[in-house]
Amino acid sequence: MMIEKAILAVITMNRQKVSGGAPIFFCDNKKELEYVAANIEAITDGIAHALSEEMFIIVKH
Amino acid sequence: MTEYTLSIVFGVVIGTISRIIMLKTDYRQYPTYLHGKIIHLSLGFIAASLGALAVPAIMEKEFTAVTLLTVAATQFRDVRNMERNTLTEVDGFELVSRGKTYIEGIAISFESRNYLVMFTGFLGTLSYIMWNVFVAIVVAIICLFISNRLMSGSKLEEIVDIEQSRIHFDGAGLYVDNIYIMNIGLEERKREILKYGMGFILTPKNINVVTTIGNLGQRQAILHDVSVSLGVFRDSGTPALTPLIKRDLDDGRLGVFILPQIRDVDKAIAVIGSVPVLESAVRMPSESKSLTKRG
Repeated sequence: MMIEKAILAVITMNRQKVSGGAPIFFCDNKKELEYVAANIEAITDGIAHALSEEMFIIVKH
Repeated sequence: MTEYTLSIVFGVVIGTISRIIMLKTDYRQYPTYLHGKIIHLSLGFIAASLGALAVPAIMEKEFTAVTLLTVAATQFRDVRNMERNTLTEVDGFELVSRGKTYIEGIAISFESRNYLVMFTGFLGTLSYIMWNVFVAIVVAIICLFISNRLMSGSKLEEIVDIEQSRIHFDGAGLYVDNIYIMNIGLEERKREILKYGMGFILTPKNINVVTTIGNLGQRQAILHDVSVSLGVFRDSGTPALTPLIKRDLDDGRLGVFILPQIRDVDKAIAVIGSVPVLESAVRMPSESKSLTKRG
């Protein structure tokens, strides 16, 4: 199945800012955030986009 | 041997030669070497034969034989379909795809070249029969020359000014000059992009060009050609490392972001400059009657 233009995951350090359908990964610090985002990016063939310093989304284009 | 044999052979040979001349395999490596070429040479031979055979048919007052040419038209439309299908199939496996507009451009040129071959064969045989072999040779050479002229379209450097521009990040946003390209989250990717990426600005030379280079197919063609000629720093599974072209909405300039393996500015400018202007992308707003009426 091909997925196009979908948010595959949300990675954040701020639990207050996110909720909803996509899988959400909570991280404690910036380093962990980068690490998780890089891994999910590679695994899902998506692109990690930064919405803010503490929130990344992985989008399949 | 009939009285027409030599003239027909002449037409077929000259038509096939014109196909060989037009069948240059360049940096695109298309048609693919050997088998792809054999297909097109064979089709060129058929086209030349059809063109050459039409003349004696008319001479003998066999006018219905001309309907054979409609068979040729169908045949060559199939050539176009064949090219389109093959290229579309393999396009998904390119690191940077050609895009549908480029594929259509290639397919159209394959069809039209067969018609040029047919005309060359036709005129070659006609002049052989009407005058003599020397006139026929002159006519054939003129045909070859015209075919050569017709097959080469314009290049990008004729319609835009190309200059290098620095790429930089503003937060997560990647910019070429002031043109926003995309959002990159990871610091590691940003470092890679700043290290390997190059930016170019294409400034349109006139109003018609703005629409032409805005065409998404034309932009994809630029990216594909640059990636073929200079290599590309990416692999499957790294969609963040994608060459992209975005447009400045204010003035129609293009911001070209590429990730070449050969990082030579002059070469890159030369490669971008020699990208063909795709027929399907060309628009002529200046020819619009409603515009000129008011103006």
